Amino acid sequence: MSKSRKVMAAAFGAGVALSMLSFSAQGQAPAKTGSPAATPAPAKKVGLGREAHPDEIKAWDIDVRPDGLGLPPGKGSVKQGEELYQAQCASCHGEFGESAGRWPVLAGGRGSLKNEGPEKTVGSFWPFASTTFDYIRRAMPYGNARSLSDDEIYAITAYVLSLNDVVKDDFVLSKENFTGVKLPNGEGFFDDDREKTERHFWAEPCMKACKPDPAKVTGRARVIDVTPDAKDGPKVD
Amino acid sequence: MSDMKTAGPLSRRGLLRGAGLAGASVAAGAFAGPAGAAEPEKVITEIQDWNRYLGPGVEAAPYGRPSKHEAHVVRRNVPWLTADTASSINFTPIHALDGIVTPNGVCFERHHSGVAEVDPAKHRLMINGLVDKPLVFTLEDLKRFPGRVNRLYFLECAANGGMEWRGAQLNGCQFTHGMIHNVWYTGIPLKALLDEAGVKTNGKWVMPEGADAAAMTRSIPIEKAMNDCLVAWAMNGEALRPEQGYPLRIVVPGWEGNMWVKWLRRIEVGDQPWHHREETSKYTDLLADGRSRRFTWIMDAKSVVTNPSPQAPLKHKGPNVLTGLAWSGRGTIQRVDVTTDGGRNWTTARIDGPVLPLSLTRFYLDFDWDGREMMIQSRAMDSTGYVQPTKDELRKVRGVNSIYHNNGIQTWLVRSNGETENVEIS
Repeated sequence: MSKSRKVMAAAFGAGVALSMLSFSAQGQAPAKTGSPAATPAPAKKVGLGREAHPDEIKAWDIDVRPDGLGLPPGKGSVKQGEELYQAQCASCHGEFGESAGRWPVLAGGRGSLKNEGPEKTVGSFWPFASTTFDYIRRAMPYGNARSLSDDEIYAITAYVLSLNDVVKDDFVLSKENFTGVKLPNGEGFFDDDREKTERHFWAEPCMKACKPDPAKVTGRARVIDVTPDAKDGPKVD
Repeated sequence: MSDMKTAGPLSRRGLLRGAGLAGASVAAGAFAGPAGAAEPEKVITEIQDWNRYLGPGVEAAPYGRPSKHEAHVVRRNVPWLTADTASSINFTPIHALDGIVTPNGVCFERHHSGVAEVDPAKHRLMINGLVDKPLVFTLEDLKRFPGRVNRLYFLECAANGGMEWRGAQLNGCQFTHGMIHNVWYTGIPLKALLDEAGVKTNGKWVMPEGADAAAMTRSIPIEKAMNDCLVAWAMNGEALRPEQGYPLRIVVPGWEGNMWVKWLRRIEVGDQPWHHREETSKYTDLLADGRSRRFTWIMDAKSVVTNPSPQAPLKHKGPNVLTGLAWSGRGTIQRVDVTTDGGRNWTTARIDGPVLPLSLTRFYLDFDWDGREMMIQSRAMDSTGYVQPTKDELRKVRGVNSIYHNNGIQTWLVRSNGETENVEIS
């Protein structure tokens, strides 16, 4: 029996044939996975919306890529960054990027990725320096986003890199030298390969007498006891 | 509080209350089918207030709410997970819901800088980058676009179950599996807007961006953007809730929830991915060898039994309804199997309600319980033939540091008193 017929049979067996038909008539067709890119047929324009003004694009298009695309003109030193960081960032991230409380750790953790408790920081885990610049630019400081100048962002980025021993204390980060900065875990990532390395999950499962011995409990959430108590639940009027 | 009734273990009082007319015989420990009542029940013989007095009129609740007796059916937070509630997550009470549509008010929330309170009159959507003509749309423009669609899709956070990689941790499917919701979206295909702007031939990726204080961004390949992504303004028939992205969000069917950028204000077209924070430092899957998978967008097939579960223990011997949810980011749910003996023998569950691609699917197993201890699991199979693996099978490939994409089979231990626990088994 073909895969699609099996699907239909399962659906019919479950008594939902009518629903299946009526819903597919509404156009939620089965997903097309692996279909080729839509060929850009010259689409007829609807004529809604208007052309974006160059200043509008400039105001919103602040993203930065690893190849440097999107970096604004400017520069900042580790020294300048240290002062800014201590004033604007240290209360959450710690004086040396070690974090205060549960806020993200920014530095350290080098060589810990295979450990029981890996510490994923800019220096130990992040693949690209541009991510730090982009994220500070769009979202930091927490609760006062978009308040830093481009030079300040260069400076704070430089300081975070220095906390991770990626650049020296006298380093000045700029648009010009940015793409020369490489992070230690830059090569630590590879594209999703589940459909190859987990191919064995596509297999008809066992239904009867699948284990020789009765199953035994090996771990209990109750022992760890970290579930929020129902008594602490939010009150709703 | 009424939620204590369902959260606590099986008590003598609970047995009596639940058993109703048959109370006496069940409390005595022997289930023998419906018996006659020794005493008349007062809920029948006495006139109740609501049977005598007038209730509130039609102006009392211009926007209705659930009964006060359902006040325990709410999103819940796990305070120790995050540093601040404005950059945190809460959980859908899936143990207390049925069917496949998640009510808007209990759809789980995940924010990075709190809920943006966007004025729709001041909201714009910009399309820029590698396009023939960069465009700006108002919401009214979008709602005038031809080709509006309605689609029911699940949205699952890639970190759903993330706390369970090293073993059973949280006692409740709300906490182990509640980073999910299933909603009818109304909007227009993203393709329509991209076509309107005219994607240049070197446009291979799009980057949606939010208007919130985190200005969330993710990179999405153009094939996905053109295939089934939507720009949506309504959920389950009404405007998006603020916490779900009002007035506009992107819908990325079957792919991890983090990509479904809320408060959508801009879509840039580029020739490379951006490698931003949410696709490098987060939402990459660290494996045991120290390397990480990236761009693991698809949500693998998964299922969970929602009843019984730790927050919804069994209260009665005799007839019971086991139910749960199954879903797959690769297509439709083809089959769900259930075991009550910890995976030695499996029974195929009954599916009820529509079976739609990239949507939650509801399953049931009607059974008689004799009070025996059970180890309950469910196992989903999707239309590609993918079978939900056990947690140990997953750990074998991925180790325990992945955080994301934990779709392993969940075990609930139902004890003879009906109490239900999150456990791992051999």
